[in-house]
Amino acid sequence: MSRRFTPKIVTANLLREGDVVYLTADDRWSAQHHEAELIDDEAHAQMRLLHAAAQKLLVVGAYLADARPGAKGPEPVHFREAFRTRGPSNYNHGKQADFA
Amino acid sequence: MYSYSDFDESFVRARVAQFTSQVERRLDGSLTEEEFRPLRLMNGLYLQLHAYMLRVAIPYGTLSPHQMRQLAMIADTYDKGYGHFTTRQNIQFNWPKLPEVPAILGALADVEMHAIQTSGNCVRNVTADHFAGAAADEIADPRPYAELLRQWSTDHPEFQFLPRKFKIAITGAPNDRAVTRAHDIGLRMVRNAAKEPGFEVFVGGGLGRTPMIGLTVRDFLPEADLLPYVEAVLSVYNTLGRRDNKYKARIKITVHETGATEITRMVEERFAELRPLFGGNDLKLLEHIRAAFAPPAFRNAPTDAYDAFHKADPTFRAWADTNLAEHRNDQYAIVTISLKAHGETPGDATSDQMRLMADLAERFGHSDLRISHEQNVILPHVHKSDLPSLHAALTTAGLATANVGLLSDIIACPGMDYCALATARSIPVAQELATHFEALKLEHEIGPLKIKISGCINACGHHHVGHIGILGLDRAGVENYQITLGGDGTETAVIGDKTGPGFAYTEIVPAIERILRAYLALRLEPAETFLQAFRRVGMDPFKAALYGSEGEKDAA
Repeated sequence: MSRRFTPKIVTANLLREGDVVYLTADDRWSAQHHEAELIDDEAHAQMRLLHAAAQKLLVVGAYLADARPGAKGPEPVHFREAFRTRGPSNYNHGKQADFA
Repeated sequence: MYSYSDFDESFVRARVAQFTSQVERRLDGSLTEEEFRPLRLMNGLYLQLHAYMLRVAIPYGTLSPHQMRQLAMIADTYDKGYGHFTTRQNIQFNWPKLPEVPAILGALADVEMHAIQTSGNCVRNVTADHFAGAAADEIADPRPYAELLRQWSTDHPEFQFLPRKFKIAITGAPNDRAVTRAHDIGLRMVRNAAKEPGFEVFVGGGLGRTPMIGLTVRDFLPEADLLPYVEAVLSVYNTLGRRDNKYKARIKITVHETGATEITRMVEERFAELRPLFGGNDLKLLEHIRAAFAPPAFRNAPTDAYDAFHKADPTFRAWADTNLAEHRNDQYAIVTISLKAHGETPGDATSDQMRLMADLAERFGHSDLRISHEQNVILPHVHKSDLPSLHAALTTAGLATANVGLLSDIIACPGMDYCALATARSIPVAQELATHFEALKLEHEIGPLKIKISGCINACGHHHVGHIGILGLDRAGVENYQITLGGDGTETAVIGDKTGPGFAYTEIVPAIERILRAYLALRLEPAETFLQAFRRVGMDPFKAALYGSEGEKDAA
């Protein structure tokens, strides 16, 4: 039996602003990780990544990141992705300030 | 200082216009990201973790007050009111928006600055001793040579697509403050038996994944041969360098794989071909450039007020004892302004601080500012009688921290707080080390110490040459910090040794404290520095302090 697929979200940076964004199930780019579509099927993940990568005037560097279900929606698994949801730890800049 | 020629001016303006058009074509879809990426990188624009980052070159670390104020203006207008000075004498803006980058480049061009060749596989910003032109131990100011190298390497058609990036550092003094032995080419000025100035040439130094100390390919290169010789090294590297494997593409690997004898022979052979082709024009240009670096008109005035203040005011004395260096004119001092206030981000300056430093450089420093690879700002020429007023002004802006060369004068790369390549954070580790030891009041007792922190194996934080080096890694999805001891970035350069297994984020500060308490217990006298003590006793006592002895482990 093949290894179990770790659920994914699609994330990227906005072309113009550089901000971190997440692909939602209704095809929006949200600034909030918990609004991302949590994908638990590998084939569907690849389709969603292709869909994201095709939006060349909107986002840059789309990729799949591991995620897990949480109370409000998907949560990051890796600390790098957790930092991307907030911003840097040395200043109150980025999302932690924008959505405080 | 050097002013742009008409050629420099029109070249930089042309690049701004070119990049402006490239950004427009990216935004309207005429260019794909794959096409645009190398173009933006050639202009210093990276996409990082949370935003774009623009890396601006500060050639050989020299800035005028006018330029510093422009950096402050850019920070206020296009960023979040601050800039980050890096270990390569660049400044990085962490929050620019792509459509505004052309305007930033235009504002930089207005003050003869640019971001060209701050990324990509080309010759990067040429770095130099930050005490250049002021240091008491200097043979000659290295900056004219650095400027010559900058002009020669900028848009050099043969060297725009090297196998990998290429970093040159130069020092005009026998005491190496520019880490020359950890650069692709390091140039250290020396005199020969006839007392003529020239360069000891190191090739193939570098940190990163495979740290190496540069190999001496020439004990003495006459100053007149500098440019053709450097071109010969680049030329051989351009031919031999491994384009097939990014991790083996730096010249240090080329030197290692080709062998010292063979690569030296090839460089000398190429040099013999190139030397006659230069026809003396390089030297004419060097003479012209040199005139721009004439020393300032030093004031001749009594320094009694300084001496009296030094005796009377303990706060001033503490600052003077750590942050001043010996100037060639004994009425003057070299002032290092610490950008390492305890708990702040190493190398960051707010726009207000930048403007104040620019003002103070004008009032007290012959309008000269420098950025050091250790992420501090230098006023290279301050008359000693002005030091009390300067210190008082710095105090008002949180710029009078008396810690240069001490524990909290930490080099830290941006790490995973900003950098897309990072595997762990480095800034908060530096912040916590500084505040922890400040609370313990141990910093001055510990004495001279260089702690250097990198957030990934690429070693922008120079951890390999820190007396204590800290490398942040991702170990199975958790930040983990590896320690090296005994590194040295000076003329006695050494790569530090790993202590053993790494430490978790919450364990790294206590681990460093164990090392330093072990040092305090074993040093022969307070004057024996950490590095001297390490060289005397070796790794074992520090390993025992970090990991406990074998006996204790068995008992546990």
